[in-house]
Amino acid sequence: MKVVLEHLTKKFPSRNKKAGKDVIAVNDFTFEIPDGKLIGLLGPSGCGKSTTLHLLSGLQKPTAGKIYFGEDDVTNLPAENRGVGLVFQNYALYPHLTVLQNIIFPLENRKGADKLSKEKMREMAYETAKLVQIETLMDRKPSELSGGQQQRVAIARALVKMPRILLLDEPLSNLDARLRLQTREEIRRIQCETGITTVFVTHDQEEAMSISDLIVVMKDGVVQQIGEPQQVYDDPVNLFVAKFLGTPPVNVFAAEVRAGELFIGSEPVLAVKGAPDGPVTAAIRPEGFLPCEDGRLTCALSRIEVMGRDVSVICTHPACENEAIRAILRSETKIVAGSDSVRFSLLASKVYIFNSETGERIPFDAE
Amino acid sequence: MGEKNLKGWLYLLPAILFLGAFMLYPLIDVLIYSFEEGYNFTSQTFHGVGTYNYSYVLHDPFFLQALKNTFILVIITVPLSTGIALLISVGLSSIKKLRELFQTVYFLPYVTNTLAVGLVFMILFQKTPYTDGFANLIIQFFGGQSVDFIDGPYWAKMFVLCFYTVWVVMPFKILILTSALASVRQDYYNAAMVDGTSRLRMFTKITLPMISPSLFYLVITGFIGAFKAYSDAVALFGTDLNAAGMNTIVGYVYDMLYSSGGYPSYASAAAIILFVIVLTITVINLLVSKKHVHY
Repeated sequence: MKVVLEHLTKKFPSRNKKAGKDVIAVNDFTFEIPDGKLIGLLGPSGCGKSTTLHLLSGLQKPTAGKIYFGEDDVTNLPAENRGVGLVFQNYALYPHLTVLQNIIFPLENRKGADKLSKEKMREMAYETAKLVQIETLMDRKPSELSGGQQQRVAIARALVKMPRILLLDEPLSNLDARLRLQTREEIRRIQCETGITTVFVTHDQEEAMSISDLIVVMKDGVVQQIGEPQQVYDDPVNLFVAKFLGTPPVNVFAAEVRAGELFIGSEPVLAVKGAPDGPVTAAIRPEGFLPCEDGRLTCALSRIEVMGRDVSVICTHPACENEAIRAILRSETKIVAGSDSVRFSLLASKVYIFNSETGERIPFDAE
Repeated sequence: MGEKNLKGWLYLLPAILFLGAFMLYPLIDVLIYSFEEGYNFTSQTFHGVGTYNYSYVLHDPFFLQALKNTFILVIITVPLSTGIALLISVGLSSIKKLRELFQTVYFLPYVTNTLAVGLVFMILFQKTPYTDGFANLIIQFFGGQSVDFIDGPYWAKMFVLCFYTVWVVMPFKILILTSALASVRQDYYNAAMVDGTSRLRMFTKITLPMISPSLFYLVITGFIGAFKAYSDAVALFGTDLNAAGMNTIVGYVYDMLYSSGGYPSYASAAAIILFVIVLTITVINLLVSKKHVHY
């Protein structure tokens, strides 16, 4: 099921009625979610991603704009008629019902011609339970399950009614780090097996990048960029997106373009043909630093961290906005470093420059 | 270890002394009195030990009347007041405007003196040479015969007593139930809504089980409270409840203690009978609730 959002807007009235302005949680969203894909809505808290999910589910009504599931306009359809499966951040499993009763619950709501026999409902519940691998836990109460198991039950409950789309609200945030890794692969597997168009909300960029077909990066209710994770990572449209994606984060410098050269401090560090002269903000990915003896960016060396697979060089530079510059190198790279300084040349594809005021990306040709 | 134990007992001592002197000792004393036949307050003597007191009380028509009254009161008011309180609480939690105002209004009877409320009820229901009372005015308006609710037929008096009891116990129940309803997380309703659950099913399958511990608490305390009813009847029908035919078990105990010289043995026997009834009902309640109350 393809999902289309058209100029979707949601305003909340301000609490302070006299002075306050309306809070615009979602501002003029227009995008299309292709059929059968897994979409990650990504952004810091308060960016409107959960509101978007609630608009999709029908629990909230948009102030303006339209939502289509396939060809159907569902904008004014109440939640119960949309056929969406929703997994809540805290799972919202009914504590007084067993796992089986929880999963069957949505099926028991069917009336009239859609009404199912008890056996059929049980069969469907067990089928879904198998998909999420909880078929041995059917008689337990939610309180007798681990976080990961509860998560699976919640997904099973959302899937059992064969929803047109599946919505996941921060599905991994209540799990510990190991389980999170495991569960996100599980979600990916379930999504691939069922082929249901899935939207999930997260503030964790690594999570979003690792399992999404497409990510939508949001800030303050405005969509910043939509694209495949790698493409968004490699080609951010503005400083916010560049900063938000990637761990460790991108290194940001106050810089200047003079005659096609990018200056950080007094050193020309990279040729940036086509970029207009003037002060800019430069962002360099941790993997964009190459240590070499005649490198043009000189940084004060703080320390070197050996991580096994790779090596982090931690250093500082007066023009850098981050507390410290973190360069990540393959562990076999020979680091040529003085006792207190290190010189880098830069990989042009890992360097982005942005307008200092608007944060918009400034394109340039590398060589 | 020994010293630690000693310290523990030392800390418990005030409570133990207090409970022992004012709860445990009287309880045991009542039990003893109830088996002492012909106990006399002034001479502190009795002439035998046996079950005659119980036999007397159980054959006393006044006690049987009180027993009947109490049971009718319990069976009518506990389900009725809990049910109405639940309806009002659900109503209260689904409105936003004026909610606090209504909460206050519903809570007012709780802070009002029982006797004052009884007076108001008398004005509403009593027939005097000057007026038939507010309730009768309404009955007459609809073309009915006026009834003396305070001094008239048994069912009319029982109706007023039940009405009064329900009205008096309601605020506390509403208070407990509104907070129980508020503690059910919105997520459960959202999840149910997305799954297309009807409102009725949401109420019976989600709301009721979630607030079942509070409901159960109210039913148990309601039963116990109704079995101990006395002041309500006094407020409505005066102190001579036997004459009005509206006595309750606690009223009977009181009368036995203080009227015409006092019969502490009969009073004790009646009190023990009440205790056994309340204990039985509560145990049944607990057993039933184990099956139906969640968590």
